[in-house]
Amino acid sequence: MAIKQISAFVENRQGSLSETIKMIAETGVNMRALSIADTKEFGILRLIVSDTDKAVEALKNDTIVTTTEVIAVKMDDKEGTLYTILKVLEDAKIDIDYSYAFTGFEKGAYVIVRVSDVAAAEKVLADQGIKTLNDVDIKEL
Amino acid sequence: MGKYFQPEIETASREEIIRIQNEKIVKQVKHVYENVEYYRNMMDEKGVKPEDIKSIEDIHKLPFLSKADLRDAYPYGLLGCDLKDCVRIQSTSGTTGRRVVAFYTQKDIDLWEECCARAIVAAGGTDEDVCQVCYGYGLFTGGPGLNGGSHKVGCLTLPMSSGNTDRQIQFMMDLDATILCCTPSYAAYIGETLAEKGYKPEDNKLKAGIFGAEPWTEEMRQSIEKSLGIKAYDIYGLTESSGPGVAFECEEQSGMHINEDHFYAEIINPETGEVLPEGEKGELVFTSLDKEGFPLLRYRTRDICVLSRKKCSCGRTHVKMAKPMGRSDDMMIIRGVNVFPSQIETVLLNEGYAPNYQIIVDRVRNNDTLDVNIELLPEQFSDKVSDIQAREKALEAAMRTMLGIGPKVHLVAPKSIVRSEGKAVRVIDKRKLHD
Repeated sequence: MAIKQISAFVENRQGSLSETIKMIAETGVNMRALSIADTKEFGILRLIVSDTDKAVEALKNDTIVTTTEVIAVKMDDKEGTLYTILKVLEDAKIDIDYSYAFTGFEKGAYVIVRVSDVAAAEKVLADQGIKTLNDVDIKEL
Repeated sequence: MGKYFQPEIETASREEIIRIQNEKIVKQVKHVYENVEYYRNMMDEKGVKPEDIKSIEDIHKLPFLSKADLRDAYPYGLLGCDLKDCVRIQSTSGTTGRRVVAFYTQKDIDLWEECCARAIVAAGGTDEDVCQVCYGYGLFTGGPGLNGGSHKVGCLTLPMSSGNTDRQIQFMMDLDATILCCTPSYAAYIGETLAEKGYKPEDNKLKAGIFGAEPWTEEMRQSIEKSLGIKAYDIYGLTESSGPGVAFECEEQSGMHINEDHFYAEIINPETGEVLPEGEKGELVFTSLDKEGFPLLRYRTRDICVLSRKKCSCGRTHVKMAKPMGRSDDMMIIRGVNVFPSQIETVLLNEGYAPNYQIIVDRVRNNDTLDVNIELLPEQFSDKVSDIQAREKALEAAMRTMLGIGPKVHLVAPKSIVRSEGKAVRVIDKRKLHD
């Protein structure tokens, strides 16, 4: 089951990230994962949050924000598991646009992957018995 | 070779110049009326007949031509003779991307080159000089104009065209160039590069430079003269009239003599069109007195300028124009290329962007920079960095095609471009070229 990731356009200047994050903080939405892809000129902030709709509502007046379907995979927090997951996708010839990982300590480790074909990725992962998270799982993390 | 390329006309009495202008204008207006339908319609609309123009004093009766007319009449609407009699075109950018195309007969080219030759001789050029031309060759008038002028003077001409500074310097030093023709910013850049390579100003053989096609300041002149060890002369022109050589500086370096036997200059109030007396600041208007291919009458240059008939110590009698002090439209000259904000707007609309942009022009180490900030629309956003960078590259390519020079494009967040009283500030020119 794919989950929704928020992507926001952030200019690469002092204070712009904190302005964006402040708006989310004020909504009471909790962040699960964060990644920034940056260039000299701009950055793209990627967020997994407890309430996507609420966060998008808060951000959309200030910047460009969009949601993207990504796959969140729960992993055992031990060496080699990320490789196993990526190998499954690679063998199925599914392209990875980007990915980032986070650990929830006692709750385990997670990797977020944006792929070229979400449905195919979910299927091959499920076939290998690898669990992917849905929006409810994210809310309850 | 003496002090003047064509001493008789360059030092002619005021009466003689007026006599020539009277004779030429009557003939030219009749010729245009009979051959250029576009202008004939304008004259008819104003109720002016060729017979009404009996001398140069009657010129104020004629309608003005503007850049918009050139766009409307593109490409052949202002052609003044049979196409088969034309031997060349030159071109420059127009207000909305449609280029200005000017036609030249062989006689037009000869007269244009003579004007450039006058400029070279005024800068001290003789047939013993080595003249390095690093204006662009091609559609741009800079290279072809000075190249032709240099031939007419009999200089050994180095047709370098623009760019490749290392090669420019190699030819300059190996072939002992004595006169340099380029944009002032490029001259400054060559000066800096020579210094970086360890050359002193006295190591080169240059004695003079003829620099134009873009605005430059008196401070810039002094710095170029010092870094290259030369005298730096200004030259003025526009494709619509011919190209460089419409006016040029003499040894006095205090304004440019307009070649009045070919180009009649007026200063007008840009708001009302009223002709202003000598010494008053206003918009410069040119009438080509003997152009055949592209005979523009009362063409509004949009350059704000002052004319002076004060006696010049060089002996030339032709009227002098000051360096243009600004524009009465929003045209910018960037690296010698005319750029209008409307051209950038046209690219944005063609490429599916909103016209929310800001142009930032600066001069870094004597080189003009052009940056364009463009607000991204929500539907254009992608969360992949490579998609946004590809958009920037595509915009840069489209603008390079439209403008003839490449800007750096930056996509920015919506509503991030500062608006003052609801209206965005479209152009920020940090070069401070005018007071």
